[in-house]
Amino acid sequence: MSALIELAGVTKVFHEGQHNALVALCDVDLALEAGRITVLQGPSGSGKSTLLSVLGCLARPTSGRVRVAGEVVSNLPEAFLADVRRRTFGFVFQQFHLIGGLSARTNVMLPAYPTGRTHSEIARRAAELLGQLGLEKLTDARVEWLSGGEQQRVAIARALINDPRVVIADEPTANLDSALSAEFLGILAGLRDEGRTVIMSSHDPRVCEAAVVDRVVRLLDGKVEA
Amino acid sequence: MRAWINRQSLLVDYTLSALARHGGRNLGLFVVYSGIVFVLASTMLFTDALRREARLLLAHSPEVLLQKLKAGRHAYLTREDLESLGQVRGVSRVEGRRWGYFYDPVAGANYTLMAPGVDPPDRGRIDVGDGVARARGLAVGDTLSLRSAAGGLFVLVVGRVFSAESSLVAADLVLMHPTDWEAFFQLPGDVFTDAAFTVDNPQEVRNVARKIGERLPEARVILREELLRTYASLFDWREGILLALAGIAAAAFAILAWNKASGLSADERREIGILKAIGWDTRAVLTMKMWEGALISGGAFAVGFLAAWVHVFHLEAALIVPVLEGWSVLYPRFVLTPAVDAVSLLTLGLLTVLPYTLATLVPAWRAAVTDPDQMMRGTE
Repeated sequence: MSALIELAGVTKVFHEGQHNALVALCDVDLALEAGRITVLQGPSGSGKSTLLSVLGCLARPTSGRVRVAGEVVSNLPEAFLADVRRRTFGFVFQQFHLIGGLSARTNVMLPAYPTGRTHSEIARRAAELLGQLGLEKLTDARVEWLSGGEQQRVAIARALINDPRVVIADEPTANLDSALSAEFLGILAGLRDEGRTVIMSSHDPRVCEAAVVDRVVRLLDGKVEA
Repeated sequence: MRAWINRQSLLVDYTLSALARHGGRNLGLFVVYSGIVFVLASTMLFTDALRREARLLLAHSPEVLLQKLKAGRHAYLTREDLESLGQVRGVSRVEGRRWGYFYDPVAGANYTLMAPGVDPPDRGRIDVGDGVARARGLAVGDTLSLRSAAGGLFVLVVGRVFSAESSLVAADLVLMHPTDWEAFFQLPGDVFTDAAFTVDNPQEVRNVARKIGERLPEARVILREELLRTYASLFDWREGILLALAGIAAAAFAILAWNKASGLSADERREIGILKAIGWDTRAVLTMKMWEGALISGGAFAVGFLAAWVHVFHLEAALIVPVLEGWSVLYPRFVLTPAVDAVSLLTLGLLTVLPYTLATLVPAWRAAVTDPDQMMRGTE
């Protein structure tokens, strides 16, 4: 199976050249196949979230190369990188990062605003996704009124609005109980069955050992363990 | 094109919701912004309209006026003077005018008492400006008693009150019969306060005025264009005072607006990071911020300007009138004709809308070109 995303010699340093410089990733080589659920596992500070950001084109590596579907994206100008990000990835963040004061439906619609699609078209798709995730009665509720599990499902629906090939989730079960974690893994399995690639980070053993997970990549101190 | 319109409409939609989410802060800014535009636009509209009124009214005034001076003091013209001046080449008509100032201690105001050469009121009757009527509570048929030069009371009946439209030049005017005027001021019938000239060729006004001056060297010659310039400079001076005051307020606002617009809060930076992470590009973020700046500044400009329009043309500029029109003790009360100078409007628009919109774009651009990961982590 060919790799959908490839990292070659990727290093990421925060505050480079300053006294507080921090090496978050160090010479990482990694290839992730399409249509699989991959978990990045490791303790806090091991570089999981940074690796997810680099994989999802949210951050550029300090050095090294990132390929997405065969195209080198690590040196693309921001305008092109944003396009790749929108077309290819959907993100579910650990803190969900929903926009407060807006309804669940509007939050789901937001990623599609710059695409040029009509409001009604986007709203229809948002309602469809929220319905599939059991939130049809909460579409007009402001996101801060929702429970943690409901907010996460809104974040999943938002990640899917532009029909991405890859869904990236950062510590998605960190704020969920066992039942909701199991439910979430079920949703991921469904996404994989639709042909999407799922990459997530977790330090939760229940997630790494779950039957739906195809591959676990272990990280320690910014390096991929053999 | 359709995709572009869809995109803009959704970005505006998001911008409005973002403005509403920080409603209190944005409303405060909007109110202050509108207030500044209101003061600037009121001053601009009022002085523009006054200049226009003065121009229209003076269009019917004599092209050249002459006052005789003796040892630098105002002196009366005689009938012989007028006959001599009427012979100056280029003068088609000369009219001796008779008028005098009168201080009325009852109203604490100065009136201009005049005996018109054409169509004067009947003997014992007067026509008064609306300022005089207001000051003394007069209506047609009422009597006005003034102490004459002889010391006795002069009782006159009001025959007509001039309409407010002529108030700019007639607010303090009292027209009376020439015989009454002579009796009131104790002056003979063949002296005149000044002379008004009509000139055949408007291109030759300056030359004719020079010749008139040469004929009567001890006289002061005043051109209509000089009167217009005097009015203009008077308005400019008063407008300047108000604009200087407004300028201080505008500067304070500019600092506030720049601070608000140029520095993004941690929440705003995080929000831009989220938007970029979920698929917005730099252009979409900048467009959204541009709409935000344009909606606040454009909206405030529109509201401030419309409020100024209503204030000046429908509420008689009640808030700024004491500063701008104080050349007479009797403040004229008159209805101004709505008029907008396109250049003034454009200048005001550019000075208020453009800087704010640009000020919102610079920090947004800085934020939008940063990696979304850094924006969300707050490590940029």
